[in-house]
Amino acid sequence: MRRIRTYADLQGPDRSGLGRQVEAQNERVARRLEGIRTVLAVTSGKGGVGKSLVAATLASALVRRGLSGGLLDADLNGPSAPAFLGLSRPTLEVTDDGVVPPSDALGLRVMSTDLLMDERAPLRWREPRTGGHLWRSLLERGVFREFLSDVVWGRLDVLVVDLPPGPHRLAELNELAPDRTRVLGVTIPSSASRTAVERSLRLAVEGGLVLLGLVENMAGYVCPACGEVGPLHPGEAGESIARALGTPLLGRVPFDAEAAACAERGDMEGLLSSGAGREIGRLAGVVAERLGL
Amino acid sequence: MKFLCIECDEQMQFGERQLPGDGTLAAVFGCPECGREMAMLTNPMETQLVSSLGIKIGGREVPEQPFELVRGSLEGGREGAFADASAPGSVRWSDAAVERLGVVPSFVRGMVKRIYTDYARERAIREITPEIMDRARTDLGLEGM
Repeated sequence: MRRIRTYADLQGPDRSGLGRQVEAQNERVARRLEGIRTVLAVTSGKGGVGKSLVAATLASALVRRGLSGGLLDADLNGPSAPAFLGLSRPTLEVTDDGVVPPSDALGLRVMSTDLLMDERAPLRWREPRTGGHLWRSLLERGVFREFLSDVVWGRLDVLVVDLPPGPHRLAELNELAPDRTRVLGVTIPSSASRTAVERSLRLAVEGGLVLLGLVENMAGYVCPACGEVGPLHPGEAGESIARALGTPLLGRVPFDAEAAACAERGDMEGLLSSGAGREIGRLAGVVAERLGL
Repeated sequence: MKFLCIECDEQMQFGERQLPGDGTLAAVFGCPECGREMAMLTNPMETQLVSSLGIKIGGREVPEQPFELVRGSLEGGREGAFADASAPGSVRWSDAAVERLGVVPSFVRGMVKRIYTDYARERAIREITPEIMDRARTDLGLEGM
């Protein structure tokens, strides 16, 4: 049988250099993140735990404490950060350095697919009609990468990344920014949430990510009449996961109708003043301290 | 990715790239020894798979633009979402080229203009015409731009 020379045998250049192009993309991410002290990934193993609102409110509370902050809404298909922050859809300036992110009233810099689409438009890609499962995750990983590398984040103390449910984007973040990513898990008290969130966080730890701690959201209900916190969900998932993973439970945030109303109308100032908002403000202090900010 | 002319045992060299507009891609390689040419043809799924990585078969001709992947891939992006700074340099646009650029959705128009301008500047082309746009589109692998 004749021997055909291998790729390595050929000394001529690989003009496509596909591997080199991918490396260059990752280097762009690394260069951009040089200006960011900490990437704080807010994650859970399931949807419906209020993670996005916790992430947006926490990012705002960190900025209110005088830190420079950004919020990357990595839930490409279900973006919500701009609405919570009362951001309209401004025209985004594109410079040689990248896309300049809009800032909210507090100075929090934000990027989200919501800023790129019309209000009611679904996220849809230009693609052949069949085989979407083959490349859609690659494409969305690429968009996430561009949100990290191509946004002019500037120098930040913390970039909060609101991750969609599921482990994939967290794993991607670990590949792109392994040395400066810290993970904040969000759960609700129920046992169903405990199972899903613990699994997800365990996977993150096994992947080498550093857990900063855990937040239990919807931990009780703020009575709108008297302000007292009563029971809402049964269970104690926060304590249980924290014990199992050896990570601290950093905060317990009650469900608060006033906070929900503020989120609905994009009033982050009002939200931060609500009962739930004050608890997230306290959480921001703990998070900043643990991050050394 | 490298191609070998088995008969000559020589590495083939990249010649050109063509995008006929149906989602397929052709990349032509030639043997420097015997002159034989071959074309690598990808079907729409293969083309999409590569472009989803944000990479170019045949290599990059001009630098990657900010948000190139999302702007090139998002269907029905918001009109007026971006305001692109003008590309530096003194490349002129013919009236016909400006008219043709005008039909590109505004979501990507500014980026496409910068890509064509970079392409022209790097080749010392002083005026961008529809013919230059066609050539750039092929050379750069700008499917749908």
